[in-house]
Amino acid sequence: MILGGWGRYPVADCRVADLRDETGARDAVLRASATLIARGQGRSYGDAALNPAGTLLTRRLNRFLAFDPQTGDLTCESGVLLDDILSVFVRRGWFPPVTPGTRQVSLGGMIAADVHGKNHHQAGPFCRHIRALDLMLADGRVVTCSPDQEPGLFRATCGGMGLTGIILRATVRLMPIETAWIRQRVIRCASLSEVMAAFAAAGDAPYSVAWIDGLSGGGALGRSVLFLGAHALRQDLPPSLRQDPLRVPERRRLSVPVPLPGAVLSPPVVRLFNGVYFRRAQEGTGLVDLDSFFYPLDAVRHWNRIYGRRGFVQFQCVLPLAASAEGLARLLAVTAAAGLGSFLSVLKLFGPGPGGMLSFPMEGYTLALDFPLSAAVPGLLRQLEAIVCDHGGRLYLAKDALMTPQTFRSGYPELPGFLAECDRVGATGCFSSLQSQRVMP
Amino acid sequence: MIDRNPPSVLILGATSEIGRAIAAAFAAAGHPLRLAARNSVRLEATCQDLCLRYGVEVTRHEFDVLAVETHAAFLEGLPDLPGVTVCVVGVLGNQRQDEQAPEAARWVMRSTYEGPASVLAEVANRYAVLGQGSIIGISSVAGDRGRASNYIYGSAKAGLSAYLSGLRGRMAKVGVQVMTVKPGFVETRMTAGLPLPPALTAQPEEVGAAVYRGWKHRKDVIYVRPVWRWIMMVIRLLPEWLFKRLSI
Repeated sequence: MILGGWGRYPVADCRVADLRDETGARDAVLRASATLIARGQGRSYGDAALNPAGTLLTRRLNRFLAFDPQTGDLTCESGVLLDDILSVFVRRGWFPPVTPGTRQVSLGGMIAADVHGKNHHQAGPFCRHIRALDLMLADGRVVTCSPDQEPGLFRATCGGMGLTGIILRATVRLMPIETAWIRQRVIRCASLSEVMAAFAAAGDAPYSVAWIDGLSGGGALGRSVLFLGAHALRQDLPPSLRQDPLRVPERRRLSVPVPLPGAVLSPPVVRLFNGVYFRRAQEGTGLVDLDSFFYPLDAVRHWNRIYGRRGFVQFQCVLPLAASAEGLARLLAVTAAAGLGSFLSVLKLFGPGPGGMLSFPMEGYTLALDFPLSAAVPGLLRQLEAIVCDHGGRLYLAKDALMTPQTFRSGYPELPGFLAECDRVGATGCFSSLQSQRVMP
Repeated sequence: MIDRNPPSVLILGATSEIGRAIAAAFAAAGHPLRLAARNSVRLEATCQDLCLRYGVEVTRHEFDVLAVETHAAFLEGLPDLPGVTVCVVGVLGNQRQDEQAPEAARWVMRSTYEGPASVLAEVANRYAVLGQGSIIGISSVAGDRGRASNYIYGSAKAGLSAYLSGLRGRMAKVGVQVMTVKPGFVETRMTAGLPLPPALTAQPEEVGAAVYRGWKHRKDVIYVRPVWRWIMMVIRLLPEWLFKRLSI
């Protein structure tokens, strides 16, 4: 089966098998003649969930197993979608403690990439809220790991990109919410230093994220629109919504039926879009529903097709706080000069929350840029990678398709510990993806 | 549009993925579920899942389609007589091997035709007395014409289709719905590893949705992907001298 990531680059012809239960997973692992990787919804952007020799689909491993309304602890099989969790639990007054920017990810994928959300500065990464998980090892044994039980394997598996084994089940602690609405505040920032000052001042806001114009240089370098949010309380709602505060409004969904021609997102078009978007952003506060605040792009199915047949790559890095101002300015200047930036550029300040051995977040600023694939892109990414390494930063494995092994090693100091843990549990040589074969040869 | 008191739904063969998908479609509309299968402890996770997702009552029951003498007692042992009975039981077998193994072939035929027809007979007689109820039999396009590649399974499904067709005629007079479902290719454990054409292959959830919709609209015979109706019409119309030479 021809598979790709969300960026549609690269694609590979993979031998696939559906996992349906623990027995099936054990059969798949014990019978494997080559390495394997588990794949949830394929929402990582590059080659993290691709293995031509054996890609195991968890989409059928999708049962809810238990829920404790006292604590909010929800136990599910790993193929359950965040979409399912939201559909079932928002109306009962529960919300995931950390959510990425799409509902269409699996629980196993969120753990494997140790995803972050707009509340990282307060809540840390997703796996901080995992109470326990069941992992199938290369020999077919199932090991329960948690911060207290098998802590080394737990820290290797959280953010470990599926390389320690197959995540079968996990328990995540949901958090209570009173309404399905967010109190949002929008702030326009004319420059990079302005938006960084605004982030620093907004530490109390539970959620924060900025759209950043990746194409403007000079005086407008880093101009941004900062979005702050907090879960609205019942008393924050107008009377018309207070009757049924957990009702999620129906959304109209659009779709991109076929890949668009490259010219649609050519630099002049994107530059025009960015200018209009920045000027039209309405400052102030208001109520928005959860979907509009957290998952705006889910409103357009297959939005990845807007980048055309060749696909796109995403570049997401994080820089240590002290080096962020200088590093971001250099990254943005290089991107703007290359004229290849896109309109889906995002800036966010991470907090210090500790994660797994290969977890992406560290305290500092993270910047995400999309680039429609073209001949010039790999060269630009090498330049950006070098800047990130110079400033002690790292790239996000879930977004990556092109990083070099040198960049990976320099960004992930706990790599030796991770590899040792893989050796200890017998995962080395049994689980791998095209990405792991590339960055840890 | 949810019924205030939706009838309970019995799923025979609920460990199958199609069974689970049909159960989910009814549960989403608020129907209590009775899930039945051999070795019913395997239903535990599915019961939990449906109960958590949809907040409906779900019970699980031990049921062996081949133990025909137990069927009446099985029905009496349910919490109530379900308003809807869905039979998903069937065994594909391995045609090539089963051709040489009569015992295995009989097992396929009995599990796919004799067992389902027997239990549905018990259900039908109860519904006939009440003058209400719905019987949904999952048959197969394989029963529309015997093909060299799967005629053991196909002949049993042909029997089931004929049985349901006749039962529908009898029950029409007393107000009981009988629906025949022909799913076409479905991506399940049963078909894992077979090279199935994507355009003709449904996901189990599609079957669930189609069955629920068909039940709602009191359909008689449904094909899950409409294209199958036309494919099978052509296959049925081919003259035998040609059909026997085709490798399909």
